Amino acid sequence: MDPETPEQTPPEPPNLAWQRVLLARHPKRPHTLDYIERLITDFHEIHGDRLFADDAAIVCGIGFFESRPVMLVGEQKGRDTKDKLHRNFGMPKPEGYRKAIRVMQIAAKFGRPVITFLDTPGAYPGIDAEERGQAEAIARNLREMARLEIPVISICIGEGGSGGALALGVGNQVFMMENSVYSVISPESCAAIIWRDSAKAEQAAAALRLTAEDLLHLGLIDGVIPEPPGGAQENTDAAAELVRKKIRDSLEELGRLSGAELVEQRYKKFRRMGNFFTTHAGRTLVAGD
Amino acid sequence: MSWFKRENNPEKKAQKPEKGQRKVKTEGLWLKCEGCKEIIWKKDLEDSHNVCPKCGSHFRIDAVARLQLLLDGPYQQFDTDLASADPLEFVDQRSYRERLATAQEATSLADALISAAGTLEGRKVQICAMEPKFIGGSMGGVMGEKITRAIERSITTRQPLIIISASGGARMQEGAISLMQLAKISSALMHLDEARVPYISVLTDPTTGGVTASLAMLGDLNIAEPGALIGFAGPRVIEQTIRQKLPEGFQRSEFLLKHGMLDAIVPRLQLKSYISQALTFFSGPVQ
Ligand SMILES: [Zn+2]
Repeated sequence: MDPETPEQTPPEPPNLAWQRVLLARHPKRPHTLDYIERLITDFHEIHGDRLFADDAAIVCGIGFFESRPVMLVGEQKGRDTKDKLHRNFGMPKPEGYRKAIRVMQIAAKFGRPVITFLDTPGAYPGIDAEERGQAEAIARNLREMARLEIPVISICIGEGGSGGALALGVGNQVFMMENSVYSVISPESCAAIIWRDSAKAEQAAAALRLTAEDLLHLGLIDGVIPEPPGGAQENTDAAAELVRKKIRDSLEELGRLSGAELVEQRYKKFRRMGNFFTTHAGRTLVAGD
Repeated sequence: MSWFKRENNPEKKAQKPEKGQRKVKTEGLWLKCEGCKEIIWKKDLEDSHNVCPKCGSHFRIDAVARLQLLLDGPYQQFDTDLASADPLEFVDQRSYRERLATAQEATSLADALISAAGTLEGRKVQICAMEPKFIGGSMGGVMGEKITRAIERSITTRQPLIIISASGGARMQEGAISLMQLAKISSALMHLDEARVPYISVLTDPTTGGVTASLAMLGDLNIAEPGALIGFAGPRVIEQTIRQKLPEGFQRSEFLLKHGMLDAIVPRLQLKSYISQALTFFSGPVQ
């Protein structure tokens, strides 16, 4: 090293976070039904929230995982244009979340484990969704999932779009696929708020720390499921086998806990999340009295 | 744990200019109400807790004023110095640390929530009030922890819980940590529910995003002040999605009441007696 040479700025590292965002949204990426088809036998879909409608953006149903009865709940994006519209691009409305918690409570009643797949750009932001209480539906799911006395395994398979994904994600064990992302806000919306420029989404993706590794390091998920080389879209069968292994291990581990222990374990896990504090010392902060 | 490495940075706090000092009111004694366009005497507005004496429009008040409005007298605060350690080291145009320091200076709070215990018409209650002037009242790890501790105190003491929301939602600068606070608080509220301790959620202007989609909608009663903006998605996001103008009054308290999403709309000056009566219904008269 020549000490006279001014220090070089290192080459800009490839934005891995943004690459993951693109992979998570890849048009060929396996969706909930692709995994159900490969992992579940005798699957029968359960429709409707018994209140308003059947939301095709969330698929629910009963079936068997390696001959164990399980309840499946997953957000479903479409493949072709017609299917995408049918699935509302994977953006659930309140009736979708209400259907989801309804079937989870059926599973709890009969002591069957629940497996949820998270894959949404976010809960649908529309007039009808607001009228029917999108916020209430999500909030209720969060509270009622916490109450379930059965094993709940949640897997983020693609886009973990904020509250819209979390509404299915209060699991005893929560996993992310290697190339999935999970974020409080989409990189585009974040960029639009901060830089008033949604084109800065790549920068926002890095700042938000939304990759599986990031969430694992922050203590917000329990593990990362590897994907086949190049990503799950390159080999759906292989990706499904990797998911299978994780579900098998997780079911076995959680199967050792009683209903009450499952509720406690789930609570303790979420109770600890985000405790990165400092003391704001040096000045009086008492504003009341 | 690398995110703690910059937490003790005393210079940063010391060198901040005394911004709060410039907030001396120089606008005069009269104000124009945005609601009715009438000229109102400032003192009248202050006496009525920022509710227009002429048309009843509700203007925002800060967290301290909230507690003064609802509690009988002095109250005990909790976790006053709990502050974010900036776990993501989030930087946009300004660093999150700078934003925090500015907000701390402006509000004299360590984060966007006051958590306290006091009495409301003689009844001991646990109460949390969000501070909308602190980064939009946004919820990160500190707010999540303070609310969860308040819920746990309610369970232990069996004192009713009141949370006054005023927030744009989850705090972007703490990423998925903010998001997980929704699950953390809602799970704690499940335990409060099981313990059958009353929880009254008060929604004020604005209550949107992750705060609405968790604690604000989970009260035994969810009540709102008149005219408050309440929703999941922000109006701008919805407009961009559906590409049409939103109907008049969309996402205001009255709209939510009409669609069955609120138990009641309660004017600010009646909040205290309303809550007191509700708590008497739930828990019986004050012992
Ligand atoms: Zn007025």
